[in-house]
Amino acid sequence: MTSYALFLGCTIPARQPSYEVSARRALTKLGIELVDLANMTCCAPPPVQSLDLETGLSIAAYNICLAEEADLNIVTLCTGCFESLAMANAMLKENEKLKARVNQILSNAGKEFEGSKEVKHYLQVLLNDVGPNRLKENVSKNLSSLKVASFSGCHLLRPSALLKFDDPEKPYIFDDLIETLGAKSIWYRHKLKCCGGLLRGYADDVALALAREKIVNTTKAGADCIVTLCPFCFLTLDLGQVLMKSTFHEEYNMPVLHYSELLALALGIDPTELALQFHKIKVYSVLNKIG
Amino acid sequence: MKQGKEEKTTNQAFSDVITSRLGGETITLCYQCGTCASSCPVARITPRFNPREVIKLSLLGEKDEVLSGDAIWLCCSCYNCQERCPQKVEIADVIYALRNIAVKEGNIPNIYSEFAAELINEGRIVPISKFLEKKRPDLGLPSLKPVGVDALRKIFSITGFDKIKQEKAEAS
Repeated sequence: MTSYALFLGCTIPARQPSYEVSARRALTKLGIELVDLANMTCCAPPPVQSLDLETGLSIAAYNICLAEEADLNIVTLCTGCFESLAMANAMLKENEKLKARVNQILSNAGKEFEGSKEVKHYLQVLLNDVGPNRLKENVSKNLSSLKVASFSGCHLLRPSALLKFDDPEKPYIFDDLIETLGAKSIWYRHKLKCCGGLLRGYADDVALALAREKIVNTTKAGADCIVTLCPFCFLTLDLGQVLMKSTFHEEYNMPVLHYSELLALALGIDPTELALQFHKIKVYSVLNKIG
Repeated sequence: MKQGKEEKTTNQAFSDVITSRLGGETITLCYQCGTCASSCPVARITPRFNPREVIKLSLLGEKDEVLSGDAIWLCCSCYNCQERCPQKVEIADVIYALRNIAVKEGNIPNIYSEFAAELINEGRIVPISKFLEKKRPDLGLPSLKPVGVDALRKIFSITGFDKIKQEKAEAS
């Protein structure tokens, strides 16, 4: 069994139990052990980096130190957490001067960043530890009539120089993993464009306009659902549709699923055990298409 | 002649401040081609933000306009511009550096003051609702581990993060 320190982040436990339930259930079923470490914190995502990059880097490094002490690599569910931690890990491994500065800061908290561990998004664990073949073997439901509009979120891919996850302009890993489950991953206009999530709270009008584009484009492409990886993209697109209804009087009813939910459903986990009631846009139409 | 020289000094002073900060190092490589603006999802829908313009104003030394304006807070941090910049200007990181300078000078949007307060008080920027925390066992989820907020505060006392203007979420 492969073990990882699970970095849960803030948004998932705060708002999206269905993400956490499905990810824990599915990954455990596939032979991945998730270890919950004490004393982890916020990952220091863009809102913290906007306040002070050096503090953000130090927070990310502090959390990586906890995994180093436990001798475990980190797996994240949230794309934002992946970006913050993987970016810090890469920057500090590459830049001795920066590492020395951050370690000087961390010493006040009794920590020292070594650079001995990896930070992975759970898609990388599915791809490299489980592997597409074993993943396919474990699929027990038929998803072949499901047309999925994938949206990975910006921070799975960019900045690619540090994250090195996939081709930032022509990514394929996420779509391949959707098709491995038997569903069809479809193309839609502006697929890689940001959902506007990080502007929520500062410029809600701009954020909603960006989210609306995504919902309009996936609807026009004939998608049965959008599948996301980032809890913030999920929130922007799922709750966003409630706001689109009140703001623009437009009703799309486009179900938004976390990839982990699609995975859990494909593996045959009972939908009633996945806390799907926390979705604002109901997902019955998707469940009906899964045989 | 003298005036021109003074102006140059002002420009230089502001770009020196930016390039000496984490994230801001590459700003002077910009040759204003506009690839960033044409790649920017926000610039497509609102004239309030244009990354090329923010960089131009910064290099021209328009410090007050850049730091007290709305534009730097409208970047959605998608890194599209940074991926495509032919000069390898780390544009999204430059915007972070500009925000960091603005915060240091006291120009901080309310929502960001709230983030700072949450982080300092709870060690998270999104508060966990008691309702969901109580529901975790019913959902088959393990109880949440303690958050390392004390360690964070020790980090903040070195970086000066605890001096940032904080605001309680309820107050806004």
